[in-house]
Amino acid sequence: MSYRPLSYQVEIEALAQSYGLDYFPVQFEQVPPSFMMEVAVYGLPVRMPHWSFGVRYIYQLIQHRMGHSHIFEVVIPGNPGHAYLADTNRETENILVTAHVLGHADFSKNNLLFRRVQEQAGYHIVEQAANHAQRITEAIEQHGMEAVERVLDAAFALEQHIDIHQDLRRARYADLPAAPVSAPTADTAGFRDRFAHLPGSAAAPARAPTHAPIPPSPESDLLWFIAHYAPDLEGWERDILLAVREESFYFQPIFACQIMNEGWASYWHARLLREARFLPSELYVDAIKTHSDVVRPYAGEAQVSLQVNPYHLGFCLWEHIIEHHGMAAARRIMATEDDFGFVRNYLDEELARRLGLFQYTTRRRGREATVSDWDLDALKESLLAPKYHFGAPHVEVREMRRDGTLVLQQDHALDKRGLDVESARKVLEYMHSIWRRPVVLYSINGQGKEARIAVGE
Amino acid sequence: MPDHHEHLWYDLFSRGARDWLRHNAKIRASVREQLPRLIAEADILSTDANRRVRMPVRFLEHHRFKLSRDQEQSGVGQGKVKPGDTLGSPAPQPGTGEESGGGNDQGGVEFVVEMKVDEIVDWIWEELKLPELEPRASSVLHEEEWAREGWDKRGARARLDRRRTMKEAIKRRAVQPAPAAPFTNDDLRYRQLKKRPKPNTQAVVLFGLDASSSMGERERVLAKTFFFWALQGVRRRYSQLEAVFIGHTVEAWEFSEEEFFQVSGQGGTVASTCYRKALEIIQNRYPPAQYNIYFFYASDGENFQDDHPHAVESLQQLADLANYCGYVEVASPSPMQRYLETSRVFDEAIPDPQQGARFSLTQEEDIWEAIRTFFGVHSQAA
Repeated sequence: MSYRPLSYQVEIEALAQSYGLDYFPVQFEQVPPSFMMEVAVYGLPVRMPHWSFGVRYIYQLIQHRMGHSHIFEVVIPGNPGHAYLADTNRETENILVTAHVLGHADFSKNNLLFRRVQEQAGYHIVEQAANHAQRITEAIEQHGMEAVERVLDAAFALEQHIDIHQDLRRARYADLPAAPVSAPTADTAGFRDRFAHLPGSAAAPARAPTHAPIPPSPESDLLWFIAHYAPDLEGWERDILLAVREESFYFQPIFACQIMNEGWASYWHARLLREARFLPSELYVDAIKTHSDVVRPYAGEAQVSLQVNPYHLGFCLWEHIIEHHGMAAARRIMATEDDFGFVRNYLDEELARRLGLFQYTTRRRGREATVSDWDLDALKESLLAPKYHFGAPHVEVREMRRDGTLVLQQDHALDKRGLDVESARKVLEYMHSIWRRPVVLYSINGQGKEARIAVGE
Repeated sequence: MPDHHEHLWYDLFSRGARDWLRHNAKIRASVREQLPRLIAEADILSTDANRRVRMPVRFLEHHRFKLSRDQEQSGVGQGKVKPGDTLGSPAPQPGTGEESGGGNDQGGVEFVVEMKVDEIVDWIWEELKLPELEPRASSVLHEEEWAREGWDKRGARARLDRRRTMKEAIKRRAVQPAPAAPFTNDDLRYRQLKKRPKPNTQAVVLFGLDASSSMGERERVLAKTFFFWALQGVRRRYSQLEAVFIGHTVEAWEFSEEEFFQVSGQGGTVASTCYRKALEIIQNRYPPAQYNIYFFYASDGENFQDDHPHAVESLQQLADLANYCGYVEVASPSPMQRYLETSRVFDEAIPDPQQGARFSLTQEEDIWEAIRTFFGVHSQAA
């Protein structure tokens, strides 16, 4: 099975390195399509069990059965990186996939977001996730499915609510610095001493210890906050929350750099294939055909699509950048940007027009989409909107009251809208079951008035 | 950490299937909570043959914070268009990884949960906290049987237990000094028999249905649904259960199960014919000494005045033979139209609530209350 070397792997790697691709070694494994499907659903080969994955799995299964999805490869960054290839791929497809994987490996070793997370988490997410899964299994044995599921329901619901600008292993808030005890200076000491012992006055009442407000400033890392400040959280529950948070840290760069990353890998598979003089010509033609199947704007025969294929967009952007700014600049951009900077800074009018990108609006419950007037900035923001804040609304902890009540606030000014009340209430119910004190959330309703949702009061 | 080198571990175990099964288990639990409502809606009786109920259920949704939907949504597409063009609706994008599939306005995908009727009945018993039915310890029951019980050193040759005897011999030789006799009379063990009252695991349920013209379609459906669950309730306890179906107008006939609910007669109601028919069937086919007998009668409550003494008399006889008699009055929702005659007959003939009870059924949701009334009361008696 797995470690049979892929054809032309050695040659392709040598070629990639000669073009300056810089990556950790990659272990290629050929696995059955059923396994590919699971890696695609879970994001990792072995991951914690949760029923919501079961739902995604069924959707994926249906897609697969209907022939709508064929997954060629899944790459897991790390040192070594892991690449899973469907063992049903044809040989020519695998030539392309090998080159594609090397592009991803280069990206994940050099891009800042990826680097930062991997430096903190270690380079072995596959093993770590398997370890988390094992610990969950033990927790289920020890505490029962219901109890563990309560924690997982909450943890996965808040999966996106992390703060990647903070450290993965982030300490609790520092306590208020002790009131500065200024060393009494010679001339004030005498007076203060006498003042403190004025005849006839009782000793000054000891000042109540001042507590730093928790959190000291609005906190958006909800998983971290609950793990460290929930009033009655058990140790094993904290472990689960932090394990989910760790995996979220791993997934965040993948989410935030999808266009760049897929584009970069597509650029390199095309480029390496073009330069691969060692390939027999019929293999080459076949591989190029596979390339154009993957990197194309429309599905099937359609000439218009209401979605943008990130492979296609990223691929075209990188070609554009390399053509205009050169490879060195491209590598610098690859290392320092995420999709926001990538699209905002490098998608210019010429390229956007050439790709035929357009913005559209749909009415609620409407069946039709109306093409909007062409405006590059609006188009970019519309393209990036689903990617803001890990794809989730901004919800912050504002206050933890003395009685343990957790007060959350949605930043509706930033999100430009309020929350969907029904789903928010459900999430608060998940949270309440582990926070174990009242949980209150402020948002706005459809009329722009304040909406208050509370669970457990 | 999985070991890639030793096994194709992923061939043996599907995480997706595991989590899908867990999802389904949760679905079943949530179905269970709404069971009475779902069953009232589902077409249970037509699926009686395979004893399964099919119910449409939605996928569970794992909720996250999400923004309220705006009147207008915008997106980005690609292709040759000009501003103002209208295009078909964007294809939904299920299972793209980050978002769990559901959450659109259409309310997600439905699928069908199939449950065994037995399973549902178990739940109902649990849910309604009904005690198990007990076979009646009736004075009529004097059937006895021989049962094996213990061993003795004396007995008929045919009942010699060789294995047991051998064991005894080995034990004895183990403690006796060297040349011990291979067998002695003391080693012999014989199986003993004792007379015991024969436990009664057979049962028969007799259903009586008023098929007169005053019973409308709605009343029949109610009666049918109630009968179905009553039958399941009895079936839960008895391994061998037979059902008898009697329909009557001014005369009574026995029917097959299929015919039973289709029967529609003309004319009035003489309930005593039904009770007599039941008595006759019991006497001919189900000796009360060997059968636990349950009788359920459904009617709209109407009965000929003249029939009153006959009905009371025959019902009394029936109640004496049966473990339990139940009467459901499938009444019209408006109290004005109720006939109370049959209820009077039951109250007069069966004053003891442990022998029988009656319940007035006006809508499907009442069926659970009816089941609770009959099976709850009855079991306390046992």
